[in-house]
Amino acid sequence: MEYFLTEQQKLIKGLARRIAEERILPVRAELDEKEEFPWAIVKDMADADLFRIFIPEQYEGLGEGCFALCIAVEELSRACCGVALTYAADALGAMPILLYGSEEQKQNYLPEIASGARLTGFGLTESQAGSDAAAIKTTATRDGDDYVINGTKQFITNGGEAEIYTIIALTDPLKGIRGASAIIVEKGTPGFTFGKREKKMGIRSSATRELVFHNCRVPKENVVGREGMGFIVTMKTLDTSRPGVGALAVGFAQGALEAAVAHARQRHQFGHPVSAFQAIQHMLANMAMELEAARALVYATAKTIDSGARSYTEEGAMAKVFATDMAMKVTTDAVQVFGGPGYMRDYPVEKMMRDAKINQIYEGTNQVLRNVIALELLKRKALRE
Amino acid sequence: MNIVVCTKQVPGTTDIKIDPETNTLVREGVESIINPFDTYALEEGVRLRERCGGKVIVISMGPPQAEEALRETISLGADEAILISDRAFAGSDTWATSYVLSRAIARIADYDVIICGRQTLDGDTGQVGPELSEMLGIPFVAYVSKVEEIKEGYMKIQRMVEEGYEVIEMTLPAVITVVKEINVPRLPSLRGMAKAKSVQIPVWTAEEIGADGDKAGLSGSPTRVVKIFFPQRTHKSEMLQGSLEEQLDQLVEKLGEVI
Repeated sequence: MEYFLTEQQKLIKGLARRIAEERILPVRAELDEKEEFPWAIVKDMADADLFRIFIPEQYEGLGEGCFALCIAVEELSRACCGVALTYAADALGAMPILLYGSEEQKQNYLPEIASGARLTGFGLTESQAGSDAAAIKTTATRDGDDYVINGTKQFITNGGEAEIYTIIALTDPLKGIRGASAIIVEKGTPGFTFGKREKKMGIRSSATRELVFHNCRVPKENVVGREGMGFIVTMKTLDTSRPGVGALAVGFAQGALEAAVAHARQRHQFGHPVSAFQAIQHMLANMAMELEAARALVYATAKTIDSGARSYTEEGAMAKVFATDMAMKVTTDAVQVFGGPGYMRDYPVEKMMRDAKINQIYEGTNQVLRNVIALELLKRKALRE
Repeated sequence: MNIVVCTKQVPGTTDIKIDPETNTLVREGVESIINPFDTYALEEGVRLRERCGGKVIVISMGPPQAEEALRETISLGADEAILISDRAFAGSDTWATSYVLSRAIARIADYDVIICGRQTLDGDTGQVGPELSEMLGIPFVAYVSKVEEIKEGYMKIQRMVEEGYEVIEMTLPAVITVVKEINVPRLPSLRGMAKAKSVQIPVWTAEEIGADGDKAGLSGSPTRVVKIFFPQRTHKSEMLQGSLEEQLDQLVEKLGEVI
């Protein structure tokens, strides 16, 4: 399919593919097995300027948008969703500052994010606040010119490895979620430590950890946007990053499809390669069709965001849900095409299937996002009446 | 710290052709790459710059189309690239090449370390590095696998030898050739690729570097490639059978036949 990439986007795609094939592919199984954070690859990505893609030029970035970011994420994920997630979650962590940061915050943080010198994370989820983001309990209490943060964030991607976190905490608990604020906290701030390191089903090279705040004091200048804007910052951040999750899904689904096609041609049963059987052919055909449809939707959503659209909640949700449901199905079918070997760790598809599952869950479960899509649909209809 | 890296563009390994008349490589219509060993030299140059500041200047003697390979070195972190190109240089052997490069480096004048790959993929001689140091009258170490320490006028390096490493201290400026164990070359960067596209690659001619025409090119080359051929495999092997004693008897008998 021709997606009319610009020269720069082609360069980004080519370079991300080289990193995927030369640096990620040889070690992906080992990183998965050892649950090891891919620091060497992060360094490669930084040297190659991949972290500059989504940062504006005035902050040492390349000023490319969401579409270019999706292309890079997709290519990295084609080799390993876990490693690609480290990169995509860095863009997510940078998003609150990019979207709502003050000029001073941008000057302060974006150049270091662009160079890849420091990774970022976004802290919203808590043990009792997942889909129900309004149930967060972490507080940031004003004390003179500071905020004092108390509480624990859970399942934070890049947790412990990243140095710059934007977390959501209640600055006015009486107002509920309208009293939430986004606050930047740097690793090393007294009172900020890391808790449990999660052991996961998939994306095992990605770091997932608790952020623990105990009387952690940060200056009031660390609030992103204004006090009380936390919920708005969160929603816009997630709307903007969801095509990136779609791109992750498209990437490793592509990897799974390619592996399945190669295996089907090479595996012989009843005297023929299994690719000669219609049952296999139809599975491969469905995988390819659904994958391409998801890619087209992710790209179109990313381009919508890049066009300067004001609201893209519905589009972002659609791209994320459709692509991640597709990827779960495609990777499951890839294991099926492989048969017995596909279930074994000697082959790459079982990992892709394990990696796939989380994509239907994080950054808004696919169920909650269907609610979001339906709500937007119904709102529009109601407005017209 | 100014670092000069010498590179050569060589044909991609799969399709080497030899001109039967001149016994030199056919370069027309063949895809060219940066000599793989030179990519380690370039990477080490860039790392030294990251360690102690300064700049990395890449030079290459070659035909005008070598400019492409030089642009690639910019995307890989070089600060400047200079093409040394003149009809008078055509057909240079390693001696004449080293002479031309030494003249170009003399023109650069302000340099601390000169880094070359251990050898090229096409010529395979490994002679240019040592010749260069002789012509410039500065120290030389081959097969460097690690730069342990570097400061103004001084460098401590590890040189790979067959059964381990030698640690050598040397004064700067100096020439080193590096082995591939020294580093893992980085991939190009997006900013570097943008710079590579727009950067001016100056071309220095024989006149500009003050090269004596009689010492460069085919006429300035003391060696000639007379013939290139695949050597015929003439030896054959034979496995001796039987018990150890029987095999030994057979061996002694066969050795007797030869002697």
